[in-house]
Amino acid sequence: MQRLRVRYAKRGRLRFTSHRDISRAVERAVRRAGIPVAFSAGFSPHPKISYAGAAPTGVASEAEYLELGLTEPCDPDRIRAELDASLPPGLDVIDVVEARSGALADRLEGSAWELRLPGADAELARVAVEKFLTAGTVEVERLTKKGMRRFDAREAVLTLASEGTAAQVPGQSCVILRMVVRHMTPAVRPDDVLTGLRLVADFAPPVPPEVTRLAQGPLDAVSGEPADPLDLDRDTMRGGEAEPAGAHGAGQ
Amino acid sequence: MSVESLFPRLEALLPKVQKPIQYVGGELNSTVKDWDEASVRWALMYPDAYEVGLPNQGVAILYEILNELPDTLAERTYSVWPDLEALMRAEGVPQFTVDGHRPVRAFDVLGVSFSTELGYTNMLTALDLAGIPLAAVDRGDDDPIVLAGGHAAFNPEPIADFLDAAVLGDGEQIAIAISEVVREWKSEGSPGGRDELLMRLAESGGVYVPKFYDVEYHPDGRIKRVAPNRPNVPWRVHKHTVMDLDEWPYPKKPLVPLAETVHERFSVEIFRGCTRGCRFCQAGMITRPVRERSITTIGAMVENGIRESGFNEVGLLSLSSADHSEIGAVAKGLADRYEGTNTSLSLPSTRVDAFNIDLANEFSRNGRRSGLTFAPEGGSERMRKVINKMVTEEDLIRTVTTAYSQGWRQVKLYFMCGLPTERDEDVMGIADLAKKVIKAGREATGSRDIRCTVSIGGFVPKPHTPFQWAAQADHETVDRRLRALRESLRGDREYGKAIGYRYHDGKPSIVEGLLSRGDRRVGAVIRAVWEDGGRFDGWSEHFSYERWMAAAEKTGVGVDWYTTREREENEVLPWDHLDAGLDREWLWQDWKDAVNETEVEDCRWTPCYDCGVCPTMGTEIQIGPTGKKLLPLTVV
Repeated sequence: MQRLRVRYAKRGRLRFTSHRDISRAVERAVRRAGIPVAFSAGFSPHPKISYAGAAPTGVASEAEYLELGLTEPCDPDRIRAELDASLPPGLDVIDVVEARSGALADRLEGSAWELRLPGADAELARVAVEKFLTAGTVEVERLTKKGMRRFDAREAVLTLASEGTAAQVPGQSCVILRMVVRHMTPAVRPDDVLTGLRLVADFAPPVPPEVTRLAQGPLDAVSGEPADPLDLDRDTMRGGEAEPAGAHGAGQ
Repeated sequence: MSVESLFPRLEALLPKVQKPIQYVGGELNSTVKDWDEASVRWALMYPDAYEVGLPNQGVAILYEILNELPDTLAERTYSVWPDLEALMRAEGVPQFTVDGHRPVRAFDVLGVSFSTELGYTNMLTALDLAGIPLAAVDRGDDDPIVLAGGHAAFNPEPIADFLDAAVLGDGEQIAIAISEVVREWKSEGSPGGRDELLMRLAESGGVYVPKFYDVEYHPDGRIKRVAPNRPNVPWRVHKHTVMDLDEWPYPKKPLVPLAETVHERFSVEIFRGCTRGCRFCQAGMITRPVRERSITTIGAMVENGIRESGFNEVGLLSLSSADHSEIGAVAKGLADRYEGTNTSLSLPSTRVDAFNIDLANEFSRNGRRSGLTFAPEGGSERMRKVINKMVTEEDLIRTVTTAYSQGWRQVKLYFMCGLPTERDEDVMGIADLAKKVIKAGREATGSRDIRCTVSIGGFVPKPHTPFQWAAQADHETVDRRLRALRESLRGDREYGKAIGYRYHDGKPSIVEGLLSRGDRRVGAVIRAVWEDGGRFDGWSEHFSYERWMAAAEKTGVGVDWYTTREREENEVLPWDHLDAGLDREWLWQDWKDAVNETEVEDCRWTPCYDCGVCPTMGTEIQIGPTGKKLLPLTVV
């Protein structure tokens, strides 16, 4: 069985898809495209498609990953084009490589996130970020499937910076937060960091943030940024040319 | 006048609601046409949540057919859940379509498809959110024509005040005809405003415009007469029948949602209409005659639908799917074609018949034999004679035993409670039947690992059926019988654990009964319920019997008079001016036959019993066999 690793994006309106919505859409796209996906054995066979580190509902992403098990070897570039054509616009396939070794999930050590906060005050954001970064721990609460959980949102945050920018609505300010967060248990999500900013500095944006995951992968020891997790699978002979368009933020 | 998308304003609300994906549109095979290039614009609504509305075949077919017309545009809209409704009201965002996110009020026609009466309050929510006056008489030239269709539209009287028009029967051809009338009227500069447009539609004889009819009442509350109040408006409005389903092979481009919906499959209607003559079944009465889609068209539609959608399940729909004259060849052909592709085939609505087990076996070649469903509907032989569901206890037990011995572990049996002439022992007969089924199944298989689930719905008398005159059973009686049945099943030490029991209490059926056989005076109740917060009445977590009863009391409408009262032969029924093709005298005779426990045979295989449909509608039964076979597909 050939295993292909797929990087795809969840953009625009399709950020409102849940993980289950995406998995149904991918299954149908695979069928429409006639990709020879393998099925599990047993009473109710399932296509061999597995997901790693899916972004929450409502969060856009430039770096989601899935793995396909195929019954016959296929050219990754062809699968990239066919799967992309078969998925609805907004679920866009960026990169496909053949799996070489190891588990993909193990390589996803951290994520880079961007949060757009329309209407938020840039100076207040700068102060809040500073306070957050100097704090030893920032305890936040979030309702999870297991009930209300209390955990530290500070330790997982490796970098955090804010900048002011013009919003899409003329005359309105907009703050952009960028952060790199290590994947931990319980997971610290961008909205937990936002909760943390409110707790340390009373910083509360007027509308829900627009969140995008820019990259996820092994954390680079020098830059602290997530590198491209598929680099380890890439054929060394073809290494340079497979760098996809739109892979900003990934592995410098 | 161009219309801007509401999406940017809606988008800001979506992070705060449950399942936001249902509001964003962009389904595979959905269409967003250029607003300014269309001269007639339809908003099509299924008045329930997206997850229920999206798979609806009626809306999907009309959406596709209307969008194929060069100068017509159609978009879809669904009921928004209360969480989004509250935000839309707070932010002033009107009811929107999911395709172009355009405001519903900007369209020329708002077509609402009612499969059930329980969507009435949801229509009012949508009208109100759209900024369209609830009462048709308050609407102006800038408001769309609000047009009802679907099975509930065969008695639109309870919502007559909220509708501009209603259409009975198959929608394919009449939707195109209406579009043409609207286009012409607009191209002439909309002469005479909306009243002239409605007149043009009414004069055609195929569109019911409630406000062109006056209802007079007797002092005792019964209807005296329903008469047109303008010249050139016909006394009766007739239903529409598409005669050749092979000419209308829709859906060609099945909508594939991103959100999870109640039916995740590609559905093909293999025939329309049913002449089995089950007396409780409104669908079987109002969709006559039987018109089959040919085996070759079915094969082509399935092939195309799977390719276009990527669905892994195909449903062969109809009112009694195993009755298709070539169902055996269809089943075998499709099973051959899709063997080894992990595509599953399903055949909903099958009768109690050993032949159906062969079909089910064909459809489950890969070894998945989980559950089979049969609908004897009545618990006793006598009851089944009354409702004309011709299946004997012997047939049923033989069929179910065959299923168990061929590897099916679970059989589901559907029944109704509250049927006309029903006595306690008829309902207790369900328990006996279920026990006999398990006993026979254990003997046949030598295993105790078999189950039977009994599922019971409350019977509601429907317009245009022989039971339109019947008294509906009150909910106390229904609940008492269902409790006794439960105790009999639960208390049985030998079989109790092998029998599952599912039922609903009788109260929702009373409200459904009020809405089904109501007249224009019931509109006030619907409005009062809606004003009191009534929404999503088809959902048990939203439905409130008490709210409906309080609204009826407040508006002075006697619920019993509409539900548990038996009607006389000569009483004018609220829907008598709406023609489903059925001869009233034949319906009355069939009602008398029911009470006398006399059965009637299917006219497909026995002589015509003069229900009246074919001669008055100019239609005829269209069935095979064609003798053709499905060819295997060459695998690409």
